[in-house]
Amino acid sequence: MIKTYWWKILSFLLLLYAVIYGFYVDIPQMPIIHQSIRNIFYHVGMWFGMFIMLIVSFIYSLKYLKGFDEKNDRIAIEAVNVALMFGFLGIFTGMIWANFTWGSPWVKDPKLNGAAVGLVIYLAYIILRSSVEDRHKRAKVSAVYNIFAFILWIIFVLILPKLSSSLHPATGNDSSTPVMPMGLNPSMRTVFYPAMIGWILLGTWILQIRVRLSKIKQRLEEI
Amino acid sequence: MLLGRELTYLFLKEIRLELKQRYVLNGILLYLVSTVFVTYLAFTGTITTETWNSLFWIILLFVAVNGISKSFVQENPARHLYYYTIASPEAIILSKILYNLLLMAILSVLALLFFVLLMGNMIQNPGLFFTALILGSLGLSSVLTMIASIASRASNNFSLMAILSFPIVLPLLMTLMKVSGSALTTASWSGNIPLIIILLIINVAVILLAFLLFPYLWRD
Repeated sequence: MIKTYWWKILSFLLLLYAVIYGFYVDIPQMPIIHQSIRNIFYHVGMWFGMFIMLIVSFIYSLKYLKGFDEKNDRIAIEAVNVALMFGFLGIFTGMIWANFTWGSPWVKDPKLNGAAVGLVIYLAYIILRSSVEDRHKRAKVSAVYNIFAFILWIIFVLILPKLSSSLHPATGNDSSTPVMPMGLNPSMRTVFYPAMIGWILLGTWILQIRVRLSKIKQRLEEI
Repeated sequence: MLLGRELTYLFLKEIRLELKQRYVLNGILLYLVSTVFVTYLAFTGTITTETWNSLFWIILLFVAVNGISKSFVQENPARHLYYYTIASPEAIILSKILYNLLLMAILSVLALLFFVLLMGNMIQNPGLFFTALILGSLGLSSVLTMIASIASRASNNFSLMAILSFPIVLPLLMTLMKVSGSALTTASWSGNIPLIIILLIINVAVILLAFLLFPYLWRD
């Protein structure tokens, strides 16, 4: 029994740990950002969740085109739904944070624009699905769009920083960051990584429930 | 090669179809002229290089969406069934992309001429600007042809065409604006070579994806 749902318990414990210890852990004293740096455990988790869910959706769309199995299409669409939920929460947590540190909820920044474009692409995906009547045709058309859009979105996210400068802390060796030059310190890492794993597991859990729900709904329609 | 022969015939068919339904082409041309004229009236006296650049590409994007959205809906479905039996899907999509490339190349040159006539010529580096124009025509035609084939499978085709293509065309459009923006301000090529390589990569990726994915859309 425990073999099948241990990861749900793990997700719960990790997030409980992140929520409680996230407010106690030692943080570096930095100007502008101060205590609001603790938001990193929750805000960044939303993007991890969104990104993983979009990759899941991409993989299941590829799988759908391989065998036209309706099961894979169902996972693809539900993963997009979960990714959109994470995406909107990511935008909201980011806007609250940005209001304190950058002085306004929305600034011109490649990461923000990349995220916003991702949301628009997948909202368009939902609209595309609802405007095709036939079930098999809908699955096929949306799988093709998903694959096409995901790859172009990845290209967009990768090249965008080259076209403009960012306010976000740098990843890698780029040092053009006014806000958080040293990145995460060791004590923050002890919360950050468990929290990220917790969020991803929570996303998977929601995905599993949504897929089951959609299966039941479809069966009810067929009766 | 069989694909090459199919491609030639289908490409010529597209041109013949366009010349037969001349009103469609004339419609796009008039659309182009009136949009440029509207922006001319709205922006006289206040135009800077940045606005010149963004206006030009936004107009070109709208013209492209208008011109290409008809790609898969101007012939009736029965005719598509006929093509399905005689040609490979790869030849169909490549011929459409090639034809739309020709259309976009003509339209973008006309747009540029008319735009320069009304808004004034701000181009410092014509070679770089035309490189951006050619790569932009290729990119817009391939992305939008693929989106047109997706949108043609659904109802409310036209608004769907816009919402599906605008976010996807962004990586291409932003890079194009960056390249042509520097063609407006400096005469040198330095710093633009990486961007041109990015444009080439996007174009190759899109055409490859269209080539691989279109057969799934076509088989209905």
